Amino acid sequence: MSELRERFGEYGGRFVPETVIGALDELSEAYRGLADDPAFRAEFEGLLSRYVGRPTPLYRARGLERSSGAPCIYLKREDLCHTGAHKINNALGQVLLASRMGKRRIIAETGAGQHGVATATAAALAGLECCVYMGREDMRRQRLNVVRMRMLGAEVRPVDTGTGTLKHATSEAIRDWVTNVGATHYVIGSAVGPAPYPEIVADLQSVIGDEAREQVLAEDGRLPAAVIACVGGGSNAIGTFRAFLGDDEVALVGVEAAGEGVDTGRHGASLGHGRPGVLHGSYSYLLQDDDGQVVEAHSVSAGLDYPGVGPEHSALRDAGRVRYVSATDEEALRAFTWCARAEGIIPALESAHALAFVAREGAELGARGALLVCLSGRGDKDVDAAAAALGIDA
Amino acid sequence: MPDGAARLDAAFAGAGRPLFIPYVMGGFPNPDASLACARALAPHADVLELGIPFSDPLADGPTIQAAGQEALDRGVRPDDVIEIAGALDGGPPVVLMSYVNVLLAAGPRAFLERAARAGVAGVVVPDLPVDEAGDIRDAAGRAGVALVPLVAPTTAAARLAAVGRAAQGFVYCVAVTGVTGGEVAVDAELRAFLGRARANIDAPLAVGFGVRTPGQAAAIGEIADGVVIASQLIRLVEQAQDLATAQRSLEGFAADVAVALGAAPTPA
Repeated sequence: MSELRERFGEYGGRFVPETVIGALDELSEAYRGLADDPAFRAEFEGLLSRYVGRPTPLYRARGLERSSGAPCIYLKREDLCHTGAHKINNALGQVLLASRMGKRRIIAETGAGQHGVATATAAALAGLECCVYMGREDMRRQRLNVVRMRMLGAEVRPVDTGTGTLKHATSEAIRDWVTNVGATHYVIGSAVGPAPYPEIVADLQSVIGDEAREQVLAEDGRLPAAVIACVGGGSNAIGTFRAFLGDDEVALVGVEAAGEGVDTGRHGASLGHGRPGVLHGSYSYLLQDDDGQVVEAHSVSAGLDYPGVGPEHSALRDAGRVRYVSATDEEALRAFTWCARAEGIIPALESAHALAFVAREGAELGARGALLVCLSGRGDKDVDAAAAALGIDA
Repeated sequence: MPDGAARLDAAFAGAGRPLFIPYVMGGFPNPDASLACARALAPHADVLELGIPFSDPLADGPTIQAAGQEALDRGVRPDDVIEIAGALDGGPPVVLMSYVNVLLAAGPRAFLERAARAGVAGVVVPDLPVDEAGDIRDAAGRAGVALVPLVAPTTAAARLAAVGRAAQGFVYCVAVTGVTGGEVAVDAELRAFLGRARANIDAPLAVGFGVRTPGQAAAIGEIADGVVIASQLIRLVEQAQDLATAQRSLEGFAADVAVALGAAPTPA
C-alpha cells in the first residue's frame, strides 16, 4: 500500500500533542505493511465473513417505496452486522492491527455506544484489555450498550466534563492515549482525528460501498441515482460514498443532525453550519464560536451529537461532490417509526436521519433511478430514548 | 522593543542559572484576579507563561481544564487575556500558551500582531507539531513573536533536531509522557530525554508538566535551562480562601522555587 493520505484538500493533518506523533508514524507504517500482507488479509477477511456476517445484504424496501413515492429503495443492511452496526468493520480491523503491533491495551471513545461495543467485542476476541470512554449523558441514554460493553469485559469510564457527550469522551480518550501511548492503541470510531486515522477508518469502512455497488449492479444492471447516508463523524458515509465518487451520475447525499433545528443553535450540522477549524487533531468543518471555542452539538441521536466531522467530508463538501443536508430530531423520530412500521426494521436513530431525507425528497430524487440508503445500524440501543420521545409505554 | 525571540534569548543568557517560568491561566478565577496572581509571581519569575482558556485542551489534565472552563464560563475571551499580557508589560517576558484553533479563528496574523502590540514575547501551541506550523511560524516571525515548540520523551532524535532548527526563544520539553497536572519523576529516563534533546537542539531547554515542588524544580534545574510550573500554582489559588491569601501563597511559593533554582533570596 502506498503512503496513507494525510490531507484531503486543505483538510486533515495532525494537530496533536507532540507525545503521540511517533505513535501516529508507527500506526501508518504498520497499516501500510499489513494492508498488503496476505496472512493478515486472510485473517481479517475470514473474520469479516464468518464473524461479522459480511457481505451484508442489499434489501429492496418495498414498504418504504409504497409510502414515500420513490419507485426503488435499497437498504444496505449494516444493521445486520455482528454487534448491530457498521462500527465493527473498523473496530475489528484496528484491533487486529493493534494486536499485530504488539499493543496490549485498547482504548476507544463512544457516543451511541455502538463503536464501544464493537471495540469491546474485537478486544475480547483478540484477548486484549479494553477501556471505553463514554460521556455520562450518553451512558444514560444508551444504557443497553453500557451493559453490553461491561459484559464483554471492557471497562467503561464515565466522562463528566461538559455535556457528557461524544466530544468530551473523545478528548478523554486522547488524553489517555497521550499518557499510555507505548502499550496502548487508540481505536478511533469515526473517520476523524489526526492522520492517518481518517484514511484508515475510511479504508476499513469502504467495504460497505464496495459491496453495495456490486450488489446494486447485480440487482438492477445500473448504478443508483443517489446514495444516502447519515453523517456524524462520517464513517458509514465515507465508507459508502468512496465506491461511487468516480460515478458522476450518482448523487451523494450526507445527512447531518439538525437537532432541534439549525436556527436554534442546538444541532450537529458542522458541514452545513460550521466553519473550518481544529478539533481532535484534524482541520475540518466544526461548530465553533467567533473565538474558536468549540460549541456543544445537539442531537437526539448520540452518534450524531458531535461538533466536528471527518476531513474528507469537508473536502467533498467544498468540491461540491457530496450534498450535505440535515434532518431534525423530530424528522428522525418520524422516520424511525416509519421504517419500523413499513419494513419491520427498527433502525438506529443515526440511520433514521438518512431515512428522514428519503421521506422528504425521495420521490423527487427517486424519479431518476434507485435510491441506496446505508442503514448503518439497528435501533435496539435506542428503544428507551425513542419510547420516551414517542410516548410509547412498556 | 526588540523582538520576542531576542528578549527570551536575553532572559536565558543573562540569568546565569535555570529560569523559573510560572504559569497563570488568563481569566481564572476572573480576569482581575489572574492579573493579580501574575503580579504576585512576577518578582520571582524570569518568564511568565499566560494561558488562554480553550474548550478542548487535549494536553491538559483536570486542574488546567477546570480552570480554563471556569474562565470560559465567565465569558473570558482571548483578547481579554492579551489585555492581561499588556498590563504585565515591563515585567518578565510573557509567553502565551494557546491551542491552535484560537489562533486560526482569529487569523494567525491578526492574533500574533495583537499579541506583539501587547508586548508578548512568545507563544506556545501544544497542538501544533513542527510539521504543521509553517504558516503560523511565518506569521509569528513577521509579528516578532517567538513560536516556542514542544518536544516529548517520545520524540525521535531526528525530529528533535528538526524542532531545534525551527525553535525560537526556547524549546519546551514535556517532562512526562502524558498531560499536565501529573507528577514528574526526575529519574534516569528524564535525564536521558534531556540528554537527547541537548545533543540535538542548540536552543535553551525548559522543562514542564508535572513539576510540583521547589525540590523537583531544583533537580530539574541541574539538567535544564528553565522550569515551568503550572497546575500546582492553580491548586494554590483554588485552596486559598480569598485573593489576598492566594497572592501571598503564590508569592511565597515562587520565592522558594526561585531560591531552589539559585536566585539570591529577596528580603521579605
